[in-house]
Amino acid sequence: MMEAQVLQFLQWFWNLFGFWDSLWSLVGPAWPLVWTLLKIVAIVVPVMLGVAYLTYVERKVLGYMQDRVGPNRVGPYGLLQPIADGVKLFMKEIIIPTGSNKFLFIAAPILSIAPALAAWAVVPFADGMVLANVNAGLLYILAMTSLGVYGIIIAGWASNSKYAFLGAIRSAAQIVSYELAMGFALVCVLLAAQSMNLGDIVRGQHGNYGMLNWYFIPLFPMFVVYFIAGVAETNRSPFDLAEDESVIVAGFHTEYSGMSFALFFLAEYANMILIAALSSVLFLGGWLPPVDIAPFNQIPGLFWMLGKMSFILFLFLWLRATFPRYRYDQLMRLGWKVFIPLTLVWVVVVAAWMQTPYWLW
Amino acid sequence: MIGIETIVFFMFAALSVFAALRVITARNPVHAALFLVLAFFSMAGIWMLLEAEFLAITLVLVYVGAVMVLFLFVVMMLDINLEELKEGFWRWFPVGAVLAAFMIFEMVWVLGSRQTAETGAHLAKHAADYSNTKELGRLIYTDYVYPFELAAVILLVAIVAAIALTLRAGRAKKKQDPSKQVLVKSKDRVRLISMPASKKVSAQPDAAKADQVKS
Repeated sequence: MMEAQVLQFLQWFWNLFGFWDSLWSLVGPAWPLVWTLLKIVAIVVPVMLGVAYLTYVERKVLGYMQDRVGPNRVGPYGLLQPIADGVKLFMKEIIIPTGSNKFLFIAAPILSIAPALAAWAVVPFADGMVLANVNAGLLYILAMTSLGVYGIIIAGWASNSKYAFLGAIRSAAQIVSYELAMGFALVCVLLAAQSMNLGDIVRGQHGNYGMLNWYFIPLFPMFVVYFIAGVAETNRSPFDLAEDESVIVAGFHTEYSGMSFALFFLAEYANMILIAALSSVLFLGGWLPPVDIAPFNQIPGLFWMLGKMSFILFLFLWLRATFPRYRYDQLMRLGWKVFIPLTLVWVVVVAAWMQTPYWLW
Repeated sequence: MIGIETIVFFMFAALSVFAALRVITARNPVHAALFLVLAFFSMAGIWMLLEAEFLAITLVLVYVGAVMVLFLFVVMMLDINLEELKEGFWRWFPVGAVLAAFMIFEMVWVLGSRQTAETGAHLAKHAADYSNTKELGRLIYTDYVYPFELAAVILLVAIVAAIALTLRAGRAKKKQDPSKQVLVKSKDRVRLISMPASKKVSAQPDAAKADQVKS
């Protein structure tokens, strides 16, 4: 459907210059590949722009919450600040410490950004608007998010620095612990939706009662657990012990500079946006409008999806502005002694609930 | 003309053989662990080609995402002396060789048998909406429910044993009770005393005199 429209548009556009026929003779044979590449670009570019402006929004929101104005010098309202930051990082020298393992030191940022972007392949933005409609989408997401930790551990080890290594160890333990709780929260969702396809999960939340049909109501504890585990997985405040600046300088990326540092930064924010997208798909009805009546269901689904993502992202920033950092033993206790028992019990509760006639979702 | 699937298969196969060889030849244990990760990845790719997407993703999720992270964690923390590890190599070589020969014999026996060849021939392509996961779940919980439960019980025993092994008796246990930590009030920890900012010091006669003069 969309493919034909895009083809038509391309044909119209290139016919303006009279290039279409020669272009098509080149591109035509490999069109499926080109189409997939186009879709990848259509996802990655907005994600990267989103990352850039998320840093701006973060600084603004933190600024206002702390009674400051935030960035306001570069461009109107400081809107060009992320661009200036990007250019600055791009121009800076990449310093490779002498004692480091050079190959892994360079590979680590790549290993951290690749899964952060790869996970976007199965996220549906609107009905049918998805790069790969995979049946085991939920599992794929879990697998990809669990790979992000490699970038961090390898960075910490390859830097050959104590602070970096401490940060890496902290991060590895933290991510492995919270992944379990996250996985069990997702098990509840797939129980409720009876599918691991993210598109089907959203369609399962469609009903006559608008937002009352979304899974965040029967699975509310899981929604909370998923979000908090998501904050911990992305190493965001108040769980940012991997880059605890008051204790271990900058944690795992202490030795990184310039673009290699920027890649870690991009990966962290891309992961944040991913968690926001997943929370909205799994618990907040994805592209579905909150009320299924006239003015609301006329608005395109993409808009609702982005709105829900923005809300979750605001929660991330709000948490950062509000809470002090957790102590490490408290963090481990929360993950192992609170979240895992809670999620295990809720899996049983949901499974039993679904056998009764009182399951309304 | 070789199909693209065959090319991809040989790519993954070559990659996994190379990675597996490097796992045992790499000098640095961290590199060896990372090559093991690569081997898992290429195997997952091969499984994906066999349309076993559930198994492939689970391999990545469980082995790459969790098990190997812990492996790396331990390997990075340990100070492994390679010379010490190499010491008994030739002494134990015959045992290893016999084991390896036995395993190779077993694999050739199973993979080369007529039964395996016949099952391979029956592999048909499934439709795009065929859900591997659903089919696997159905089989596990119906036809193979007892072997599955048995495997689960064995895993449970292993978990209990692992916990029992790390719980050493006779060590002084230091434990904190978070509910007590939360319930603590400021007056339990800090005592505020109201006292005058200055007072007469009788031990120093000069200061006492000065005070008297003022008053």
